Amino acid sequence: MDKAKYQSSRVIHCPEFLDGHSVEIPILKILKQDGTVYDTAEMPDIDQALALKMYKTLAFHRVLDERMVAAQRQGRVSFYMTALGEEGAVVGSAAGLNDKDMIMGQYREQGALMFRGFSLENFMNQMFSNELDLGKGRQMPIHYGSNELHYMTISSPLGTQIPQAAGYAYGQKLQGNELCTLCYFGEGAASEGDFHAGLNMAAVHNAPVIFFCRNNGYAISTPSSQQYAGNGIASRGVGYDIKTIRVDGNDIFAVLKATQVARKYAIEHNQPIIIEAMSYRLGAHSTSDDPSGYRTRDEEAKYADHDPILRMKNWLLAQNWWDETQEKALFDTLREEVLAAVKKAEVIEKPPLEELVTDVYDDVPAHLQEQYNNLKEHIKKYPDAYPVTAGRIK
Amino acid sequence: MAQMNLLQAINDALMIAMKEDPSVVCFGEDVGHFGGVFRATSNLQEEFGEQRCFNTPLTEQGIMGFANGLAAQGSVPIAEIQFADYIFPAFDQIVNESAKFRYRSGNEFNVGNLTIRTPYGGGIAGGLYHSQSPEAYFAHTPGLKIVVPRNPYQAKGLLLAAIRDKNPIIFFEPKKLYRASVGEVPEEDYQLPLGKAEVVKTGSDITLLGWGAQMETIEKAAEMAEKKGVSCEIVDLRSILPWDVETVAASVKKTGRLLINHEAPLTGGFAGEIAATIQDKCFLHLESPIARVCGLDTPFPLAHEKEYMPDELKTFEAIMAAINY
Repeated sequence: MDKAKYQSSRVIHCPEFLDGHSVEIPILKILKQDGTVYDTAEMPDIDQALALKMYKTLAFHRVLDERMVAAQRQGRVSFYMTALGEEGAVVGSAAGLNDKDMIMGQYREQGALMFRGFSLENFMNQMFSNELDLGKGRQMPIHYGSNELHYMTISSPLGTQIPQAAGYAYGQKLQGNELCTLCYFGEGAASEGDFHAGLNMAAVHNAPVIFFCRNNGYAISTPSSQQYAGNGIASRGVGYDIKTIRVDGNDIFAVLKATQVARKYAIEHNQPIIIEAMSYRLGAHSTSDDPSGYRTRDEEAKYADHDPILRMKNWLLAQNWWDETQEKALFDTLREEVLAAVKKAEVIEKPPLEELVTDVYDDVPAHLQEQYNNLKEHIKKYPDAYPVTAGRIK
Repeated sequence: MAQMNLLQAINDALMIAMKEDPSVVCFGEDVGHFGGVFRATSNLQEEFGEQRCFNTPLTEQGIMGFANGLAAQGSVPIAEIQFADYIFPAFDQIVNESAKFRYRSGNEFNVGNLTIRTPYGGGIAGGLYHSQSPEAYFAHTPGLKIVVPRNPYQAKGLLLAAIRDKNPIIFFEPKKLYRASVGEVPEEDYQLPLGKAEVVKTGSDITLLGWGAQMETIEKAAEMAEKKGVSCEIVDLRSILPWDVETVAASVKKTGRLLINHEAPLTGGFAGEIAATIQDKCFLHLESPIARVCGLDTPFPLAHEKEYMPDELKTFEAIMAAINY
């Protein structure tokens, strides 16, 4: 607090204490579950084309998630993460951006990448770590990234993207290109030091970044009640003097509206924003997780009634922009396409051996080249032990 | 040519880099108007404005996270960590992020524009937390480059090369020499090669290898040994990662003996890595075991700094032991 603000403080002569609830944090809701809009709600900028694009993205999201969990159960991919129940928060926020804004995700934001047009083949190639994977088969499934689509490659360590987003946005500001960065993270990652470091850096250095917290109630098995005390993640934004808003994360219009306003503000004022989207992780943390060990079916059923996709569908039906025939056709087609794409991607070869040593540096340094040459000779000697690469070594 | 101390040489390199490229940005704790606690960034804010040279909050992980983001965006961040002893809150951002950015994305993104400057080493009565030499922690991380200059001329040329190199670099500055080391430095722009050692003095009986501030110690020890009739070849490694195996191996093949000196503790220090590689490359040429003259396996002391340091006397003794092996 600067001196002037401090001096204008209300003076007290007996101790009074504040807490996380001293500031009332309202929650933005626009769309009801039945597809009607609250009477006084201010709608986001949305037309039929955008609405249908968003809805088709949601549908693709749900189908891909369903099918890939099944593929994992069949042993075809090693790992997958669904975003069941949170699709609206991610697709709604991505839809509120300019397509050239940078998105830095945590790992459960495939919806944003889908909205930007990452192809089904690209998703599959990454998950099967084949030679067409943009990431060259180096990361576990779901660690997508695309320079062309301004979607930063996912990194497993939690929260590292938060201060990076502040820096990225600062660079955008320096270049004056009227773009911003949107950074996703969960309420669990907000416990990492990088969260506090990143928010403070962004606030102090006036970076046009939107911090988007997906508060989905769980970090693997740890409920938010054991993750933080106080008034959610939004209350922390206030402490860093960052413009903060809380939205219903299952209300895609509330998310879209908040993001549209946040983006405009961030760029016009060179300021960070925090959006806390309240949602619920209906699915498991990942295919390696089983929620029955830490929560009840009853609890899940309660939140299943807030499905963001059904909510948007109800609205589309009421606009007469969508009908059940189109719905069935869309989902049937998507399921067929995803299945076909799995079959195609899983037989594509793994990246060649060279990709083991490229991109550590801009060029392969001498010591690494020597290690590579030794490895190559070794594999040639024992080709049966290294079937993935042995046949393709030159 | 101008007479400059090591700080002035670094400041000069930063000036050149910022003048040349408007996307170069310098930041860290106290680096703004104040010019850094050692004054390495003096006058940069006045010259290039607060947007391009500024103070950060006290958050090393924040500084490095911010720097990674800026570099990925295409800007050229030069981030200062005030003391290398305080780099550890940023360890995750450097080791898991900077070093792996290009690899993990399949070169969709990279932070090759990043340079981290940080003062390291003893000699200023700094005790545990203003004296450490943490290069070996980072040398275990593929994707990083590590550079250490020994004097003002080296500092300017290596720093300009580091800033322009397309890989993330940690540039360790020997703070003991900031003002103590003065020398002729060209006023114009020049670069010295990364990943290349320099044979500072040729000799025939033993190779003495070090980097940074310890090069002075090695030179003093060599003078003592020369008086005993021992001809020393002195090599400044300059880059810890990747390091110049070829030059060191060629020297050891010629002299038949190797001594490595560093301030960091012996166990797990970079001398161990060098020794392992050189015995592999030069096994049949070695006439004595490879000697390591290093800091003790203790935290960096205060009252006993003199005893802790791998000084010229310890180095001299080790030279003679190798010769008389």
